[in-house]
Amino acid sequence: MVFEGLANRLQDTFNRLRGKGKLSESDVAEAMREVRLALLEADVNFKVVKDFVAKVKERAVGQEVLQSLTPGQHVIKIVNEELTELMGGAQSKLAISPKAPTVYMMVGLQGAGKTTHTGKLARLLQKDHKKPLLVACDIYRPAAIKQLQVLGEQLDVPVFSLGNEVSPVEIARQALEHAKSYGHDYVLIDTAGRLHIDEALMDELKQIKETVQPNEILLVVDAMTGQDAVNVAESFNTQLDVTGAILTKLDGDTRGGAALSIRAVTGTQIKFAGTGEKIDAIEPFHPDRMASRILGMGDVLTLIEKAQASIDKDKAIDLERKMRNADFTLDDFLDQLQQVKQLGPLDQIMGMLPGMNKVKGLQNANVDDKQIGRIEAIIRSMTPTERTEPGVINSSRRKRIAAGSGTSVQEVNRLLKQFEEMQKMMKQFSGMAKKMKGKKGKGFKLPFMP
Amino acid sequence: MGFFSKIKEGLSKTRDAFLGKVESIITFGRKIDEEFYEELEEALIMADVGVNTVMEIMDELRVEVKKRKLSQAEELRPVLQEKLADLMGSEEQEGLRMAPNDQLTVILFVGVNGVGKTTTIGKLAHKFKSEGKKVILAAGDTFRAGAIEQLEVWGQRAGVDVIKQSAGSDPAAVIYDGLAAARARKADVLLCDTAGRLQNKSNLMDELNKVYRVIKRELPDAPHEVLLVLDATTGQNALQQAKLFGATAGVTGIVLSKLDGTAKGGIVIAIRKELEIPVKFVGLGEKIDDLQPFVPQEFVAALFSGEQEEHE
Repeated sequence: MVFEGLANRLQDTFNRLRGKGKLSESDVAEAMREVRLALLEADVNFKVVKDFVAKVKERAVGQEVLQSLTPGQHVIKIVNEELTELMGGAQSKLAISPKAPTVYMMVGLQGAGKTTHTGKLARLLQKDHKKPLLVACDIYRPAAIKQLQVLGEQLDVPVFSLGNEVSPVEIARQALEHAKSYGHDYVLIDTAGRLHIDEALMDELKQIKETVQPNEILLVVDAMTGQDAVNVAESFNTQLDVTGAILTKLDGDTRGGAALSIRAVTGTQIKFAGTGEKIDAIEPFHPDRMASRILGMGDVLTLIEKAQASIDKDKAIDLERKMRNADFTLDDFLDQLQQVKQLGPLDQIMGMLPGMNKVKGLQNANVDDKQIGRIEAIIRSMTPTERTEPGVINSSRRKRIAAGSGTSVQEVNRLLKQFEEMQKMMKQFSGMAKKMKGKKGKGFKLPFMP
Repeated sequence: MGFFSKIKEGLSKTRDAFLGKVESIITFGRKIDEEFYEELEEALIMADVGVNTVMEIMDELRVEVKKRKLSQAEELRPVLQEKLADLMGSEEQEGLRMAPNDQLTVILFVGVNGVGKTTTIGKLAHKFKSEGKKVILAAGDTFRAGAIEQLEVWGQRAGVDVIKQSAGSDPAAVIYDGLAAARARKADVLLCDTAGRLQNKSNLMDELNKVYRVIKRELPDAPHEVLLVLDATTGQNALQQAKLFGATAGVTGIVLSKLDGTAKGGIVIAIRKELEIPVKFVGLGEKIDDLQPFVPQEFVAALFSGEQEEHE
């Protein structure tokens, strides 16, 4: 049951509608079925899906299909816009107390990653030259205190603990005093994981809240959570007035529909995302990226929009098609190089295409301006035939090109070889998103990468 | 307290209990119509059964309704119950595969981060111990801070030995030590903990595969069980977990943990259906005896029990 991107599925649905200028109600209804399935498979809560689909449907019916987009893309565009809006704007700022110390409290179910993310937040604060104090209020889970202490040691951040005999409320109270007298400007309270329906333990959290008056209460949620995410978030929110959420384990292959459910039902902003086991694997949360992820598509739309904004619309679509069909010549490449500055770095563009963002080595690729100049020179020294059919370039042609562009034969060779690899890669493009799953990304280089 | 009442107790903690909800849909005198199907479908999806599996169940139900000429919602209850029990594996409870003739039984625990592997091992150690077996635990989670200490606490609680090395050491080496110690001390059961890992991290999955191979090499019949611990709150990703852990470490059964919340763990129905991996235990709390053998029929029946029955 490999999940196919919504984009592909909608495209299939709309393939036979090609040439239509307007979306009829039945076209939309069929598309909405796909949207609904995609969202449910992504674990978005059933009720949220229902409302969402109704809203999108209303917007889509009777709309003119934009000239540049197929009906499928048009619906995706609407879905994406609505989804991004629903997810809210990016907001990873944490509240700061006017009077030190600022207190953050971490809450959530068992195994969501509270202790780990308490450590990660401390790391963020430390990078910002703050002086956090970690507080071990999980007295229930065996060795939870030890876990926080090990993290504290790794970070060189002090951990306040009174063992597991003292009540968490008392630990929190004393920790606050301790922080004041030792000049800590931040206090991060790790609490025990608990079920949202465990009244006794939820009361304990309320008491800690009363006692320390935290500036933020952060709900830590596992990104893999299913339909129940709504109940959990709602319950924690009504009892504690959660101020934000941290979505953990987002480095997995889950679609993370829980994010949308939490946001839609409780209005809680997701502020951070946990993206790995290392202590600095924490990032500000990007609602727009999450929207694409939930839909199972790369950021094709951003690519289109970006291209629309900076270059000629038809040219951009053409380029995208060429990249997909792999009939991308050195001429197109040259053409593109000239627009690179307007468009932004090529690695970024690549990253917007489905599947490409997972390719190793691409994230860190730097595009060097000088290098681009040399490549331009090499391509300009080629004849039109050479540009469309690089296969004809033999050794004497190579020498000529090198002399003409003021570069060396080696550099010409490298460009040709890399261009060939790039073409190969583009051939795999359409199937890429599927193929990349579970496979290690094969390293490849673009011609202008150092 | 038996399994049935435990699950019932777990579910009764919430009014939203999934099939409590089904119960509220299947009311007396209600006709089977589109609206009814829709609500039923919704209830199943809300239990994380998974949209594909739900669609299939609904299609089959429609066929049954036509075939048996049913018109009342009431009449559909046994059909649905039967269908779900079928999907869960209608055979009797599947116990753990133990080594024959008092030889060493090795059980490997795998799963993503934070599902409750170490806790489950503690509970199972207690269970074996109270059956009079000699149990040894191997602290194979050498990565997460405090994981070894956590297993040691469970070892103390259950009164069993823990084989460990320092944090950061090779998990395969720890498991190897565990095997050697279990043989030398003539233990009946060796429970091997491993670090939680996301199934798409190929390097970590390779590491797990190495642990698996080390066990196989040392004891060709082992591991006798590879238990995937699955958080009941997990959604559709659980299927992916079962697939990839299955491919890497030959998962033979599932422990469905944290079933004492409001989550229903309906995804195990899809896993059973698509991958034929049975659920062997369910975790119903944090106490040492909160692990219960899984009985498909009882599971379905318990899910079906409405509020009324609980007040008996």
